[in-house]
Amino acid sequence: MLNTGDILETIQMIEREHLDIRTITMGISLLDCTADSLDTLCTRVYDKITRTAEQLVRTGEDIEKEYGIPIVHKRISVTPISLVAASCRSDNYIPVAQALDRAAKEVGVNFIGGFSALVHKGFTNADRVLLDSIPEALSTTDMVCSSVNVATTKAGINMDAIARMGDIIRRCAYLTRDNNSIACAKLVVFANAAEDNPFMAGAFHGVGEPESVINVSVSGPGVVRSAIANAGDCDLTALAETVKRTAFKITRVGQLVAAEASRRLNVPFGIVDLSLAPTPAIGDSVAHILEEMGFAHTGCHGTTAALALLNDAVKKGGVMASSHVGGLSGAFIPVSEDAGMIDAARGGYLTLEKLEAMTAVCSVGLDMIAIPGDTPADVICAIIADEISIGVVNNKTTAARLIPAFGKKVGDEIEFGGLLGSAPVMPVNTASPARFIARGGRIPAPVHSLRN
Amino acid sequence: MKAIITVVGHDTVGIISRVSAVLAARGVNILDITQSVLGDIFAMVMYVDIGSCTIPFTDLVDENEALGREIGVVIHTMHEDIFNSMHRI
Repeated sequence: MLNTGDILETIQMIEREHLDIRTITMGISLLDCTADSLDTLCTRVYDKITRTAEQLVRTGEDIEKEYGIPIVHKRISVTPISLVAASCRSDNYIPVAQALDRAAKEVGVNFIGGFSALVHKGFTNADRVLLDSIPEALSTTDMVCSSVNVATTKAGINMDAIARMGDIIRRCAYLTRDNNSIACAKLVVFANAAEDNPFMAGAFHGVGEPESVINVSVSGPGVVRSAIANAGDCDLTALAETVKRTAFKITRVGQLVAAEASRRLNVPFGIVDLSLAPTPAIGDSVAHILEEMGFAHTGCHGTTAALALLNDAVKKGGVMASSHVGGLSGAFIPVSEDAGMIDAARGGYLTLEKLEAMTAVCSVGLDMIAIPGDTPADVICAIIADEISIGVVNNKTTAARLIPAFGKKVGDEIEFGGLLGSAPVMPVNTASPARFIARGGRIPAPVHSLRN
Repeated sequence: MKAIITVVGHDTVGIISRVSAVLAARGVNILDITQSVLGDIFAMVMYVDIGSCTIPFTDLVDENEALGREIGVVIHTMHEDIFNSMHRI
């Protein structure tokens, strides 16, 4: 029989330290839904999603109960809509977003991702239509998430695409101005987007993926923080070892749930994402892990080094625990979704510039950051360009999810509630990057992309 | 299929008896029990076979949880694989 101490340890992780499965995300290919007319396309999209994911939520709930581990989200990612809808020759894809939204509500998931375009090397006509549709699509739906991949290490950075994102993000903020500009929380701008990412808002089902797939992510910042606290004043080698061991245990649960969900749904298992993902709940914060390592506040000097150690140790521990690792797999540092980050930002210890530095050593980027509503579009574009260049040069995924909260200024707060949390509006350096952004074009791929 | 049932809470008369009675009524066979009382905290771990359980496992989870609330302890009923996967390579 199992050791009693091990059994109680597992239960303590779940009960007190917020160990949970963050999401089971079912990826669904919509490539066979293409049609000449938008109406036919929408019908096919709705039918395929509701048919394929019919049992997803129920199965998740059964596993949750039988194994005693909370599964917080059940979600769906689909093929980027700019590919699926390209055959329609329509000038707006808003009805497709609405069909996705209806399908998501019908099957009971809480987000559906894939209102997306991959424009790292340039736009197709469909990509342009999709980008134009994003603000209305996100403001007239509840569940739909959108992402735009504007760069890869191989292709370089599409600055024309980044130049458009500033206006799109501001428009999203304006259209949902009565609801804290929430549409911006459902829009991610990526470099090196992962095709098997289970996390929202950036999940989509890549073209290299199978017909359908199950991707799972685990959340355990509270467990890691607690393990570090129990380790006491050990040196950093021992601390890294502690994180590795903990990450192994956490990830094994993810692997178990992924394998079981895959078996029950008869859908192939894709990956387990090793990311440490926080929630606004007390005790579920990545910032608190960093502070437990020995900082007065997250954001003070040394935070980047600590995050680098944490992120690496989580991967080393997790990689042996799962047969397939993928997605984003790194520590997340979303400001609004992490109680410790919120406090550090409120206190002025955590600035946009420090967050940018931290994203060089973790995933996924400048995430859920509220900035003043009057931030000029070209400044937003420039913030994105900086973040994207970190991803491109470091051969990793980075992203920006910025919320220029309409009508809000530095010191105000926006409150989304639930897992999206709340965010203090952070100051932005508004000296003009307008001439640089207006140049457009493509920043060439870095020399180390030439690996062949 | 095997499951682990943990019972933790303030010690009181008849905890084992009440839990075992529910399990017996549902055809659940107890394979092993370890139990300790530290101060006035009662902690019991049961290893059970639910192969012949007469109700769906998820219902057994609910029944045990309700029983726990009734007698003032916390009862978790979980598939053994979550512990095996976490603690055994």
